[in-house]
Amino acid sequence: MTATEPFAPAGQTAPIVEIEDLQVGFPQLDGTVQAVRGVSFSLAAGESLGIVGESGSGKSVSCMAVMRLLRTPPARITARRLALDGVDVMAAGRRQMAELRGSVAAMIFQDPMTAFDPVFSIGTQIVETIQAHRATTTRAARAEALALLERVEIRNAAAILDSYPHQLSGGMLQRAMIAMALSCRPRVLFADEPTTALDVTVQAQILQLIKDLQDDFGMGLVMVTHDLGVVAETVDRVVVMYGGRVMEEASVHDIFERPAHPYTRALLVSIPGQEGGRRRLTEIPGASPDPSNPPTGCPFHPRCRQADARCRTDMPAMTPLGEGRRAACWRL
Amino acid sequence: MGRPDRIAPGDVPALELRGLGKTFHLRSGGVLRRRSTALHAVRDVDLVLPRNGILGLVGESGSGKSTTGMMALRLLEPTAGRILLEGTDITTLGSAALKPWRQKMQVVFQDSYSALDPMFTLQQVVAEPLRIHGIGTPDERAERALAWLERVGLHRGYGSRYAHELSGGQRQRVAIARALILGPSVLIADEPTSALDVSVKAQIINLLQDLQQDMGLSILFISHDLSVVRSLCDRVAVMFAGRIVEAAETEGIFGAARHPYTRSLLDAIPQLDPRNRRRRQFRSREDLAADIPVLSRAELAGDVAPSDTPRLVPVAPGHLVEARVTADPDTRSGA
Ligand SMILES: Nc1ncnc2c1ncn2[C@@H]1O[C@H](COP(=O)(O)OP(=O)(O)O)[C@@H](O)[C@H]1O
Ligand SMILES: Nc1ncnc2c1ncn2[C@@H]1O[C@H](COP(=O)(O)OP(=O)(O)O)[C@@H](O)[C@H]1O
Ligand SMILES: [Mg+2]
Ligand SMILES: [Mg+2]
Repeated sequence: MTATEPFAPAGQTAPIVEIEDLQVGFPQLDGTVQAVRGVSFSLAAGESLGIVGESGSGKSVSCMAVMRLLRTPPARITARRLALDGVDVMAAGRRQMAELRGSVAAMIFQDPMTAFDPVFSIGTQIVETIQAHRATTTRAARAEALALLERVEIRNAAAILDSYPHQLSGGMLQRAMIAMALSCRPRVLFADEPTTALDVTVQAQILQLIKDLQDDFGMGLVMVTHDLGVVAETVDRVVVMYGGRVMEEASVHDIFERPAHPYTRALLVSIPGQEGGRRRLTEIPGASPDPSNPPTGCPFHPRCRQADARCRTDMPAMTPLGEGRRAACWRL
Repeated sequence: MGRPDRIAPGDVPALELRGLGKTFHLRSGGVLRRRSTALHAVRDVDLVLPRNGILGLVGESGSGKSTTGMMALRLLEPTAGRILLEGTDITTLGSAALKPWRQKMQVVFQDSYSALDPMFTLQQVVAEPLRIHGIGTPDERAERALAWLERVGLHRGYGSRYAHELSGGQRQRVAIARALILGPSVLIADEPTSALDVSVKAQIINLLQDLQQDMGLSILFISHDLSVVRSLCDRVAVMFAGRIVEAAETEGIFGAARHPYTRSLLDAIPQLDPRNRRRRQFRSREDLAADIPVLSRAELAGDVAPSDTPRLVPVAPGHLVEARVTADPDTRSGA
């Protein structure tokens, strides 16, 4: 990150994650799905960042791009800078990338089944992950795997080590996936909707666990979610995405107390259950943009009550608002 | 036994479940030592869905909500209890006798994609219930389907499209149109907003509120999302391990919950104020199951005989909690 970037978190060490002007497209027979259209954000060591937006806004694709988890082709990725721990991931070779994934950055997903191979036991897979990054005996790696499962508060960790993914409940499997992600002591954890499929009580437990682990390991956290409640509970800074773009970035307090972008404000008031009593909610009319045919100008303009002629034709640039706040809106 | 929430005589509820139960027999063990274990998915559920109101049924996954809804719809046979639709016992009606009652009670599921036939146009999908019940000419049915698409917020042009062309929110609108085209008095909505995005969720909640009021519908709204329930429902029943453990007006649940399980659910809801972050204490299922409130008769809003067997008792008008009841206030513990 350069010193001129207005949104660099002040007075912190070199960033672990750097994304500048990221564009990701998926060419189709009849055009291109423009999944990410110029996204920038960064994360300093130990920091926690929430990426919030509705489905299709480009949250997962942005994270997968910097982790180099998107196959190219079909994905077409360009960026001014895309780096993990200072290493340009666009230039990194296969082996260097495999090394970065795990020891610098790890990722967990909504569906833990995608992280595990159904035909191997949980223990075997964690041991393999450890040994892929460090030269240890299988016995030592197994002891480490056991300790990790205990650390993620799995009761009966020894038995779970020998069980298969399908034998565990959703919450348990989520914990096992977190254990596997942590097995290489990553400096940043990307958590992509880790609790979306879970019950509210299990969700609260997993979020608590992730926060505790972040503290213990001094690890950075990128929490990807469509749920503003999850953001309010877990992170210090928030990036709000819409239609493949960043609409706003600010501290979690500012997002909830003085949201700058009309989309952020509309999203906040549409959340159900904030007040007692049966009531109609303040809905955002219309639907999210079609990524293969995005609107001109600001992607939110067709649904924005404040939109004027300029919003329909020109995309507003990110405007610094001081104190690390920035937003992309002509009507600020 | 006196039902504390007995409704006034003459005011027949839209739907009433009395002592409803479902036991699944699960086969386990090998070929030689085959055993059957009984799973009590739903036990002794009493629920009253008043006319012209929305009742929320909440609880964690596996607590028995969908099983209850499926039994109410007569899509799953209960192993105990009765189902009364507009005062008529439909528990044992055969399929022919049931058909007119099916028109009165319809359902919307979370995953409407699988419920919408991919080979049909949306106009055909929405008109299908009319066809099944032999209502109207083909032209009339088509016209009513288009009118219903408009009513749920999709312009008539959608009539010639197919389900796979729609977003999740649009599919839920189609499923709602299809469920309501027969003019039912009861709608059972099983997690209809759980798969939707925040802004779409708000749209569907508003649509359900509007249709409920316009049609005088009664809705049983099944959900594990307490925030949605708070904005949508007039009354809430909380289900835990197959039983109703608490039921009250919505704000009675959100403002004055008495059952430990209800409290644990409420406590887990993410707070929207980052300044209110706190460490939570979590209680195990076993711990919660063992923590049955003990109330003295003096604390109850009504005359209830002491009982060592937990049952639903009124702690305030219209507010029921599953508890043991003692005669002596001093032996009280728990809630
Ligand atoms: N492999 C792919 N091929 C084509 N389109 C894709 C692919 N992956 C993602 N997309 C599209 O990119 C957009 C952004 O997706 P995603 O980042 O997953 O959204 P989010 O995580 O915010 O829900 C969506 O419109 C999605 O359909
Ligand atoms: N057809 C079935 N056979 C056996 N068990 C079932 C069946 N349907 C549901 N169950 C069990 O009954 C319990 C209640 O399930 P369900 O009503 O789906 O809960 P909820 O809708 O609250 O998540 C669960 O333990 C579930 O596994
Ligand atoms: Mg995603
Ligand atoms: Mg269910």
